[in-house]
Parts: sequence; C-alpha cells; structure tokens
Amino acid sequence: MALVDGHRSRQVRISASVGKRTVLVAWAFIAPAFAFYATFVLVPIGMSLYYSLLRWDGIGKAQFKGLSNYLVVLSESDFLQILGNAFQLVVYFTIIPVAIGLGVASAIRNHLGGRFGATARTVLFIPQVIPLVAAGIAWSWMLASNGVVNQALSLIGLGSITRGWLGDFDFALPAVGLIGAWVLLGLCTMLLVTGIARIDPNLYEAAKIDGATAWDEFRWITLPGLRQEIGVCVTVTVIAALASFDIVYIATGGGPGLQTTVPGLEIYRLAFAHRQVGLASALAVVLMLLVIVCVLPIQWLTRQSK
Amino acid sequence: MTEATGDRDRSRVLPVGALTARTILVGLMVVTLMPFVTMFSAALAPSGTYPPGLQWPANPQWQNFVDAFEAAHMDQLLLSSTIIALGVVPISVLIGTMAGFGIAKLAPKGSTVVYLLFVLGLTLPFEGIITPLYYEVKTFGILNTKLAIILPLIGLYMPFSVYWMRAHFVNVPDEMGEAASIDGASAWQQFWLVQVPIARPAILSLAILQFLWTWNQFLLPIVLVEVPLERTMAGALGAFQGQWGTNIPLLCAGALIIIAPTVVLFVIFQKQFVAALLQGAVKG
Repeated sequence: MALVDGHRSRQVRISASVGKRTVLVAWAFIAPAFAFYATFVLVPIGMSLYYSLLRWDGIGKAQFKGLSNYLVVLSESDFLQILGNAFQLVVYFTIIPVAIGLGVASAIRNHLGGRFGATARTVLFIPQVIPLVAAGIAWSWMLASNGVVNQALSLIGLGSITRGWLGDFDFALPAVGLIGAWVLLGLCTMLLVTGIARIDPNLYEAAKIDGATAWDEFRWITLPGLRQEIGVCVTVTVIAALASFDIVYIATGGGPGLQTTVPGLEIYRLAFAHRQVGLASALAVVLMLLVIVCVLPIQWLTRQSK
Repeated sequence: MTEATGDRDRSRVLPVGALTARTILVGLMVVTLMPFVTMFSAALAPSGTYPPGLQWPANPQWQNFVDAFEAAHMDQLLLSSTIIALGVVPISVLIGTMAGFGIAKLAPKGSTVVYLLFVLGLTLPFEGIITPLYYEVKTFGILNTKLAIILPLIGLYMPFSVYWMRAHFVNVPDEMGEAASIDGASAWQQFWLVQVPIARPAILSLAILQFLWTWNQFLLPIVLVEVPLERTMAGALGAFQGQWGTNIPLLCAGALIIIAPTVVLFVIFQKQFVAALLQGAVKG
C-alpha cells in the first residue's frame, strides 16, 4: 500500500514541482546557507585573487602588479623553503599516524570490545577535542630542554643528544611534525581500527588455512580492505599539514630562522605584520590551490573502486 | 556495532592476541596522555620556577590553578566562548540542514551547481581567505566584536554542513516526505514535522562538531578580535602564552583549565563525540 501511495504521490510532486511557487520555496531553503557562504567564503576568495595582483599596504593606494607576486612566491628561496616546510610536515603528519595506525589496527583486529576498548577509544580521541594551541603548549613543554622527552632520553643513556628540540635548527621542523603526528594519531588509529573490524573475519581464517604469513594477510586482505579508510586518513592529515598554523604559531613562531615557517603563518605575518597584502594573498591563493591539487588525486585513488 | 563484533570474536581468539592488543593500546594511551600528565606536574610546581618535566612536586601548589584562572580571566573567557558558540552553532546547523534538505529533496533546477560550489569549499584552508576576511569584516563595522568571529564562521562551516546534511537526506526514502505531502503539508511543514525529527542523529553530530571547531578556533579570533577577552578560549590562550610564556607552572595550569571544558563535555558525551568525529572525518 505504501508503495502505491508513494508512486502516486511522486507524480503529484513532480507535476507540482513545475509550479513556480514550489521552485521559489525550494530556493528559499537553500538561500540562507548560500548567502552566508557567498559573503564569507566566495567573495573573500575572489578578493584574495584580486589582492594577489596588487602591491598594497592595506591602507594607502594599491598598485596593480599583474602576476609579479606569484613570481616572487614561486621563485624566491624563502618562499620555496616555506612551501617545502609544508610538504615536509606532510611526511610527519601523514605517514607516522597512518603507519602506526595500520600497525595497531592489524595487531588488535577485533580486540577493541568491552570496557577496556571503550576506555582506549575515549583516551585516544582526547587530542581531537582539545584546541591545537593547547597541544602546542603541552608539547613545547614536553620538548623543552628539561622536558619529559629529554628526561626519558637521559634515562636510557642518551643524555648526550638532549637539547631544546623546538629551538634546534635541525630538529625544530621534525619536532613540530611530531606534535602534529600526536594530534592525528588517535583519529587515524580509531578510523583504521573501526575499518578493519568491518572486514569479513572469514577472509583471515581462509588465509590462515592457506598458510598465509602475517605480511600476506596485511598486504592482500587488510590493505585493500582499508583502502577507503586510508584515503580518509591521508586526506585529513595532508590538509592538516599543508594548512597548519596553530601548532607552529604557538610552538616555534616559525623559527629558528625560517626553519618551521609554514605558508599559513607566513600569510598571517605578511598581511598583518609586514603589511604586504598582495604578497600574502598570492601565497594564500597558492596554498588553496596546493591543497586541492594534493587532495583530489588522493580522493580519486581511494574512492574509485567503491 | 563494532563493539558487538569485537566481543563476539574475542571468545574464540587466543588470549595471547588479546594481551598483545592491550599492551599496544596501553602504550598508545600513555603516549596520548603524557603531555597532560607533564603539564599537570609542572602546574603544581612553585610559580615562576622551571621544574623538571615529570616529577611530583614536594609541595604541590594548587593555588597555581586559582592564580591562572584569575590571571587569564577564565570566567569572562568562558562566557565569551559560550556566546560565540551559541551565536554560531544553532544558526549554522539550521541553515545547513535547510539547504541540505533543499538540495537533496526539493532539488530545484540548478541546485546541483550550487551544491558543487559548496563542496568546493570543503578543503579550503582558512588562511587562504583570512586577509580579505579582515578587510570585509572591517567594512561591515564589526571588527573587534564577537560578530567578527560568529558571522564568518557560519559561512566557513556551510560547505561541511550542507555536504553532511545532504548526505543524510539523500538516504531518507522519498516515500517519507511524500506521505506528508499528500496530506497537503507544505515543504516547510514537511521539513519540520517529518524530516528534522528523522535527521536528529545527523543534526546532533553536526552540532557537536561545530561546537568543537568554534570553541577551538584560533586563527579567526587572533586576527579579527584584538581584545583577548572577547575571543574564544583557544584564541585567548595565544595571548596568555605571550604574557605568561616564561612562567611554566602558571602557563601549564592555564592551558589545563582552558582544555578542561571540552574534555569534560567529551567524557560526558563520548559516544556522540566519537561517532561524530569518526563520521565527520569520513564524510569531510
């Protein structure tokens, strides 16, 4: 009966939806969201594009400069280093959490039940609910010259390599990367653990009977089965790395030198400290494009077969 | 669902596996909690000293938490953050839900293009538009007010809100709405009486995520609002670090207080939070 009703009413709806009023009502539902989006996202994107062609201190008269700001952003060594830093962060933000997450998920496959599992889940999610700024402060303290990291290193006889990690020219960027890895580790692990629980256990049993090694299982069952979840982890973490700001701002301020300066921080500095709005905007446009260019192939690769 | 599978399987798995799993998880939990533990131990050291990373102080200075609370004006910050969250989340969730419904169910001609425009914004880094946002908000005359954070955030949340709610409504069988429309219910009534009640779990997840994002938002507050006390908690923490950065015990106490509200809420509503964060990541 429901089916018949549904069929009849669909025709009613279709014929009605031709009516002008219905169309207006439909747009009225969409309009408020679109108005906010247009005002505070689309228009600013357009303004970013426009500013990026100017030489402007934000107050006085602007000068049209064509694409010269982009030339600076894409050729000057400081900017190349800053963009390079963002990509180096991807290595830490993405590879560490995804690799550890995969390892953990494979090891504890289906063992996350009960109260213990629930506790673990809660604890591992805590970094996701605190402000990144707080994570930055916590880790500044962890990595300080007399922080826990150095304490632990001294304890295992590596006292000679202790240092203020975030102030060290060579180790500051990896240290910042480590903070990001810590923030994202729990989320990736839980996504992958949840995903692996959905893989048919019979596949693993069958593999065992066929004498498959643990590596075979991982390579031929776990990895393909988690394709979509891995895609999600990689997407989220790559965006977090390329668009990082909060952690760097708090933990290092971009230093020492430009060692940990990332595009987000440089945009902020150029626009609001150095009053170089045009240059800041060109870097902003490059950053927006960079994120899209990096994320699209990941999405394409991991969602394909679904 | 996952939990049930886990429990069922455990009965036939070797205890050795379970033990390994627990050891690994305990290790992960230690790594996750260590930063908080060390902040806590530092927060109890005498104010102004430079304590070792991890050591239970001989004479725990609980007073530091009181001092930090006062130094950072936490009461005002809590109020300010709450006002901002209350300004953003209800409106953002409402208009996002309406648009998701409009695009999925009413689907006027051209709405696909609009939807694609929304989706385009899903990966937008806020830094990409923060500069023009500053000048725009200044033109509107709301720079340095809470509205400077509230209004742009609503706009910035629209891609995810619309994407999220559309994904929900697309999966609601058409018959649901049609049963109502045959009774002569208008689209507006159908939305409130039929669709919103069914969408409650999706709406709750969306509200939780947006509350978290707003509460923890850092970039917008530090750029658009000069006075730290008018910002979100996270935004004010930046200023607090600038002021007290050299006083480790006080800084750690302050940071812990600022972390506390979301962690407490998270522990109370952990089931909804975890579900929201997991789904949010998958769909985002």
